[in-house]
Amino acid sequence: MTATDHRIQVKNREAEFHCPADKTLLVGMEQQLTKALDVGCRGGGCGVCKIRVLSGEYERKRMSRAHISEQEEKDGLALACRIFPRSDLCIEAIPALEISGHDCETDKKNEC
Amino acid sequence: MRKGVIRPGHVQIRVLDITEALAHYRDLLGLIEVETDSQGRVYLKGWTEVDKFSVVLREADVPGMDFMGYKVLNSDVLGQLEEDLKAYGCEVEEIPAGELNGCGRRIRFAAPTGHQFELYAEKEQTGKWGLSKVNPEAWPRDLKGMKATRFDHCLLYGPNVEATYELFRDVLGFDLAEQVIDPEGNRAAAFLTASMKAHDVAFIECPEPGKFHHASFFLETWEDVLRAADLISMTDTSIDIGPTRHGLTHGKTIYFFDPSGNRNEVFCGGDYHYPDHEPVTWKAEDLGKAIFYHDRVLNERFLTVLT
Repeated sequence: MTATDHRIQVKNREAEFHCPADKTLLVGMEQQLTKALDVGCRGGGCGVCKIRVLSGEYERKRMSRAHISEQEEKDGLALACRIFPRSDLCIEAIPALEISGHDCETDKKNEC
Repeated sequence: MRKGVIRPGHVQIRVLDITEALAHYRDLLGLIEVETDSQGRVYLKGWTEVDKFSVVLREADVPGMDFMGYKVLNSDVLGQLEEDLKAYGCEVEEIPAGELNGCGRRIRFAAPTGHQFELYAEKEQTGKWGLSKVNPEAWPRDLKGMKATRFDHCLLYGPNVEATYELFRDVLGFDLAEQVIDPEGNRAAAFLTASMKAHDVAFIECPEPGKFHHASFFLETWEDVLRAADLISMTDTSIDIGPTRHGLTHGKTIYFFDPSGNRNEVFCGGDYHYPDHEPVTWKAEDLGKAIFYHDRVLNERFLTVLT
């Protein structure tokens, strides 16, 4: 682990990995052979790596509005292939089958 | 029976960042950058294509395909097909000449799978890039990246593949070159051709309409496909699967993603189809082998990762 690595906890998968600041969460995860998140296009287009960031700072690149609405973006939802950690992060995976109609409020209790 | 549709002409692809996308399609695939229009759309082409452009990139907040266009023989055929589409019950929109730089009037309609298609009769022909029209050399020497020769086809996912096949067959004169049939006898995939190629467009049944699986570009040899794989690694480009071979069409292939998550294919080889050929059939139970002939196992991404 280097100084710029950040610890990424995936609460609902009981997994964690380290991610450097210049890699997206998804690429960081793949490089450590961790399978906590599903891997799709890695370009913000397909939506399969959708997550909710429960705590921590990150920067993001543009993500498909078909998968992350403006409101969802404000609520901390993101695609793991488009965000770069700026601190340790606590996240949860949103499996593809639950993406449509997922209730944001029910998971708020799952604090880090 | 052929109705005067001669070949794929263009595809307009939505991207999240036009600068990143241009670097991908120009520097990695090796398409030729043609120009940028007043809307900021970027036009490109494969070096062997005689038309001015075949790929149009448009920046948008949702990646995917805007439309795919086919060239028809002449303006009489275009007028006839416009009438035929209307008579078939399609809603037809006319796009005036010049809306795409260098392209004549276009007739746009929606397929039952939810995808937009266009027909046009005229597009500026600038000739093969870097070669003279008389005594052309074998290839131009200053190509980049994978040196993709041409835009070849798209694979599209949506509902009502059967109705879309009937529209393409009955109105546009496409032939069914290859198909996937499920145990109940339903067509789960249709590979359609307006030429001798194994596909000029392909459809796979999926509940969500209008989804884009990939745009495909032709390379000459298996060595070129392996070299494309090297370039994908050298540039840390998002890989999907390959190099491998498809059972369907028997093309040799590699799948990867553009920086907005749209899937691309480069491939070589593959079967040919004459109008008197029976369609080639694969069973849905053997879909793994049909899609990835060597692994014989379907990866989840092939069915679910779409833009």
